[in-house]
Amino acid sequence: MLCQQCQKRQATLHFTKIVNNEKTEMSLCDQCAKERGDHVPGANSYSIHELLSGLLHSDSPTSQTAAPARKSRHPACQSCGMTYEQFRKVGKLGCARCYETFEARLKPVLSRVHSGYHMHTGKSPKHAVPRRNVQQEIEQLQAEMQEHIVNEEFEKAAEVRDRIRALHSRDSLDETGDA
Amino acid sequence: MSLKKFIAEAVSPWMKQKGPASDIVLSSRIRFARNLEGYPFPVTAPEESAQTLMNYTTAEIDLSSFQAERPLHAVTMDRLSSNERRILVEKHLISPYLADKSTHGALLLSGDESISIMINEEDHLRLQCLLPGFQLKEGLETANKVDDWLEGKVTYAYDEELGYLTSCPTNVGTGMRASVMMHLPALVMTQQLNRMMPAVNQVGLAVRGIYGEGSEALGNLFQISNQVTLGKSEQDIVDELEGVVDQLLQQERKAREHLLNTSRLQLEDRMYRSYGQLRFSRIMESKESAQRLSDVRFAIDAGLLQGVSGDILNELMVLTQPAMLQQYAGAALSPGERDERRASLIRERLKLEEQGDELSGGGSE
Ligand SMILES: [Zn+2]
Ligand SMILES: [Zn+2]
Repeated sequence: MLCQQCQKRQATLHFTKIVNNEKTEMSLCDQCAKERGDHVPGANSYSIHELLSGLLHSDSPTSQTAAPARKSRHPACQSCGMTYEQFRKVGKLGCARCYETFEARLKPVLSRVHSGYHMHTGKSPKHAVPRRNVQQEIEQLQAEMQEHIVNEEFEKAAEVRDRIRALHSRDSLDETGDA
Repeated sequence: MSLKKFIAEAVSPWMKQKGPASDIVLSSRIRFARNLEGYPFPVTAPEESAQTLMNYTTAEIDLSSFQAERPLHAVTMDRLSSNERRILVEKHLISPYLADKSTHGALLLSGDESISIMINEEDHLRLQCLLPGFQLKEGLETANKVDDWLEGKVTYAYDEELGYLTSCPTNVGTGMRASVMMHLPALVMTQQLNRMMPAVNQVGLAVRGIYGEGSEALGNLFQISNQVTLGKSEQDIVDELEGVVDQLLQQERKAREHLLNTSRLQLEDRMYRSYGQLRFSRIMESKESAQRLSDVRFAIDAGLLQGVSGDILNELMVLTQPAMLQQYAGAALSPGERDERRASLIRERLKLEEQGDELSGGGSE
């Protein structure tokens, strides 16, 4: 969901206000939540404005790229600044983006920890749907392709493979379109 | 404060309810780890970000909107004394990390203490449901409800392939840890548990002692939990765990029967000795009390000892932890003083039992 104020960034905090028995709902990104800050009830001893300034800094890539400590060959996470070496030391990743940043090196780790599994099959949040359908379609096609291979129908298998490829590229287009 | 009043306040309401198979499975727990999209995880989050999250979850969210009949209450860690925080740890409501190390840590807690949500733990949100007895499915159902409710308030960090993104990669996927607390004295006495452990580990489950360090499991209390969180659905994980717990449950029952058939006198002797120690000792170390309480609980379940409530093991295991003893004493205690207090608390508790006082059960409050 996009932030209702700036319509640009991902909304993270969802506010519900009841004024004169009328319910209004608002979803804001961290930056707009910060601007809204001064009139947030419950924020008694401090202003949200000050609180979120830290978030802004951690979000802007400039503050991260400006940070030193880039001795290692491997780049730090663009979003939180954590390096893979740091991760190995503390055993915890710094942010959601770290999973992409360190994808290649995390893969074997995840596989080891999770008995060889690599794909989530459980619950998903309702608002995280967009890529799901494509994903399911791909899975279905992969099963189909497998079947063709088992039956030695290689031409059909190749056809299905091409369709999977097409879906993959559409998937990545969607992704960049979202950002 | 009278002991009765202390117990009424100190024991979590959910613990006073009877659950299925509660002679062996003392409690079931479901935990979900969740993080917010666009916010760095607590390990790297700037202080302001942690404070924003704490403020949002404790002051912005309408905490009665989860379930009107079961509203949540917010407690921020900075408003509790360190002993009060330790008590929450001893009651399994928060982690030691949240109590001592987190920045702007907070807790959302239901009145019966069966639902708790830790804020700014290793992950932004850690929700857990605790139920008495063997009730993993019910726990999952409740956890899902809490999760769905929270999902309306925040946007979770989620990836199509990896599922819920967590700070520690061992939790990624479902973010779920399902576990049960089991009392397995007969499997320990007959040394069968050691032999069963590798098989349990092999199916991706972990067995560890709940109290005590290393391989030692004080009070014969064990936690069985899933290790794998990726590639299996929540339901599958719960089903698998249930299957193994069921096996352990049956093996424990068999082992108890066997012991009763072959060495009833020795068993009875051991248990009455333990009861005598608990009933009359003046100094009681935590290790000894755990073992004796386990014996007495076994005796109650086996019908060897009447007139003592079976809750005594889980209840006294919690009540005789250091922070609880200090709370009851109203003062900081040295280890030696704790052992003395522990002995007297257990004596008093068993005396109440002999007087036939109604302690457990909802009753009067
Ligand atoms: Zn915005
Ligand atoms: Zn990162």
